[in-house]
Amino acid sequence: MKLSRRKFLVGSGIVGGGLLLGVSLRNAQPVPHTRAGSFQPNAWLQITPQGEVIFQLDKAEMGQGVMTSLSTIIGEELDYDPANMIIEFAGVNPAFKNPQMGVQITGGSTAVMTGWEPLREAGATARAMLLAAAAKEWQLDVTQCKTDNGFVIHPDGQQRSSYGDLAALAAQQEVPKGIVPKKPENYRWIGKSLQRFDSADKVQGKTQFGVDVVLPGMAVAVVVRCPQFGGKLKSFDENSLAGVSGIQKVFAIHSGVAIVANGYWQARKAAMQLVVEWDKGPIATLDSAAILTAQKEALAGTRKPFSVESEGDVSAVFATASNIIKAEYSAPFFHHSPMEPQNCTAQYVNNHMELWAPTQTADIARAVAAFYSGIEPDNITVNSTFLGGGFGRRGYVDFAGEAAAIAVKMPGVPVKLMWSREDDMQHDYYRPATFHQIQAALDENGQVIAWQHNLVGTSILKGFGVDLMRGLLPAWVPPALANKAGHGFANFVSDYDITMGEGAKIPYAVANRSVGMVHHDAGVPTGFWRSVSHSFNAFIVEGFIDELAHAAGKDPVEFRRNVLGNSPRHLAALDLAVEKSNWKMMPRIAGFGRGVAVHESFGSVVAMVVDVIVTGNQYVVQRIVIAVDCGLVVNPDQVVAQMEGGAIYGLTAVMKNGVTIRDGACVQSNFHDLPVLRIHESPSIAVHIVPSTDKPGGIGEVAVPPVAPAVANAIFAATGRRLRDLPLVL
Amino acid sequence: MVNFFLNDEAVSLDVEPDMPLLWALREGLQKTGTKFGCGQGLCGACTVLVNGSPTRSCVLPVASIAGQRITTIEGLQGQHAVQQAWLSENVSQCGYCQPGQIMSAVGLLSQNTNPTDEDILTAMSGNICRCGTYPRIVKAIKVAAVALQDKTMTLQDRNVQPASEVQG
Repeated sequence: MKLSRRKFLVGSGIVGGGLLLGVSLRNAQPVPHTRAGSFQPNAWLQITPQGEVIFQLDKAEMGQGVMTSLSTIIGEELDYDPANMIIEFAGVNPAFKNPQMGVQITGGSTAVMTGWEPLREAGATARAMLLAAAAKEWQLDVTQCKTDNGFVIHPDGQQRSSYGDLAALAAQQEVPKGIVPKKPENYRWIGKSLQRFDSADKVQGKTQFGVDVVLPGMAVAVVVRCPQFGGKLKSFDENSLAGVSGIQKVFAIHSGVAIVANGYWQARKAAMQLVVEWDKGPIATLDSAAILTAQKEALAGTRKPFSVESEGDVSAVFATASNIIKAEYSAPFFHHSPMEPQNCTAQYVNNHMELWAPTQTADIARAVAAFYSGIEPDNITVNSTFLGGGFGRRGYVDFAGEAAAIAVKMPGVPVKLMWSREDDMQHDYYRPATFHQIQAALDENGQVIAWQHNLVGTSILKGFGVDLMRGLLPAWVPPALANKAGHGFANFVSDYDITMGEGAKIPYAVANRSVGMVHHDAGVPTGFWRSVSHSFNAFIVEGFIDELAHAAGKDPVEFRRNVLGNSPRHLAALDLAVEKSNWKMMPRIAGFGRGVAVHESFGSVVAMVVDVIVTGNQYVVQRIVIAVDCGLVVNPDQVVAQMEGGAIYGLTAVMKNGVTIRDGACVQSNFHDLPVLRIHESPSIAVHIVPSTDKPGGIGEVAVPPVAPAVANAIFAATGRRLRDLPLVL
Repeated sequence: MVNFFLNDEAVSLDVEPDMPLLWALREGLQKTGTKFGCGQGLCGACTVLVNGSPTRSCVLPVASIAGQRITTIEGLQGQHAVQQAWLSENVSQCGYCQPGQIMSAVGLLSQNTNPTDEDILTAMSGNICRCGTYPRIVKAIKVAAVALQDKTMTLQDRNVQPASEVQG
């Protein structure tokens, strides 16, 4: 494990009752939820003298299973059944920052990937100190003792001492050096399909999501927002609410008009009735067609695309090549629509703000709440709740800013801010709409000799840069300054945003390659959407490689295999999916088509074989066979669950319409006009895992990217029609 | 004042008559297991049983259920075969839609003890899950049907695979 001991533990002073309280070096701030008198070898773990093993879960549980997987990892090295742990959502603390991103964020499928080494070290360190404590008590050499699920075992096989009994003594032991983690063959819980630890509450309706927070005397708030993106409040007429009962207060905040009422129903009725005048802002006449036109102009304009990848000399090849294939692809703005609409509860008492937030990023939620409420970040506590879906949407914390801005004007009153489904769909940070031009040159043998892909869309960092900077800057930086710095950063970095090229780099051996990105900000809020840029770039790359295979007159699988020599993981996943799907055994059914795609994202490779049946201008996705190489697997059943769920989430964006813009606003409003995949449209899904002992890759997002191209390729196989625009409509 | 039976107990609630049952449950009675998803009867997260039939509580005025029997997820007390099957099949991901899914499944199985795939898909098509737990929901309903109805028949007899098999 890489994390050094020095980085891991400092401040080893004797504190209260002779206990050593180890505190992470990366902060001098106490870790929230610390119990006095517990053995706390690191920020994640505490063992109380009563024998409670408490794990601070520093990632949001939004369905991806971190509550189970991360506690399994730390429990394995601690030698303590993770099912018996007390698992708490961690508070804001620098020790919990995502090492890949510098903020306390759950995203990028990084939880297991980045937690793998530090959590094992955290568990192993604690176990070593418990062993040392027992050895001292028994006056034995530590190597004579062993552990067994919460106990240190004496070599006589009779005596044993529980972790709780050893906690106080363990806290006084030297922090060990050079801990060797367990060998995979000795794993007791890792690699097993443990039942999720959050399931029992979830099937009983006991799980507390953000919307379920109940505080004594709580009011409910809704916000009426300008439909137009970038619009502002001109005025509102409070008298228009005459006759609506249960209203406590109506006032303007940064994002619109807040209505605080006794309950949701009263607040919502008032919102429907409130007379508001808006300044519709800078894009009040914009529509989707104009955005596409502007994107095409931006791509054709004089601004040279920012190079995401460049190898060889594509210009030289295209100048002389005889067989050049060109195509244009597009993807629309797309909504997240987690089942739990956005919400946040806040209470402001005695210059202290407390938030209960279903958020993927607790520290940014605190920073945003500080900015919009004027309360110092140090005086804001963020309590994370379970998330009713995240998918990237809850990486944005506009709801925390609104809740704080409302609560600060209602001192002493806990206020739950609730968004409606309409609010959620019409004020999302959508997956950016993108337009792509792509071309390739084939030689006389059908080999790809040049590949050029230029795309235009709204930079992901344009939407996230401000919040990212708020989270990156230390809490003592005044929120107004952090806000300004964030806007400067976002504006600057948008033109050079390599995240827009994620998934556009091809795994295929092509000597001359170029991928370029042009940022075009249409004024529509955009952001991460499960698998982010991979979600559209995989569609283009794997769709176009299929086009090239057909142009070369070759089988799409063989065509890929021939140029995957440098990508053994792709090859292995592809081969497994092909084998398990009986790729070559095509059923003789009218309208049948089979398509394939393979794509790497977030440290994992997923191959899919999709079967469709086309009838007239309708198609049904009948079966998806998935092969995934995600490195070492912590919980096989949950890998399967994420593959199933990711494929289905991806299918919605393949088969259902996206968001359209008219008059500078989102046209659609609820599940009737932004439909999502339902159970009767869901295909059968088979998942196969490529055996691996490599370190774990991501799993939460990686099934999304390949599903769109695999369906498009299947529809082509069935009909000869190449669909290049999402959603796929015949 | 509206009087009805909630999970076999008589309740009286003093709320506006046009308030949807969902908010009466969640805010009036602090029964937060029933979820708000869309407010338009489109997603099924708010599904409860009204006299045994799955009903969208977000569009059901509380006045209209006077004297009726309402069952919510809390009323199943964690013991129902559908809940047990949800556990054994590891259905839940984020879990937000699952109380509504479970109530729809309970309603289905109370009417149809041996549902076909088609029956299940039809009965469950009003419940959206964004995490994509649909394949496991179908499987769990079959497992629950077996457990509820015909304990002598094995899963294999009914061509139901046990909990997700993972193949390397």
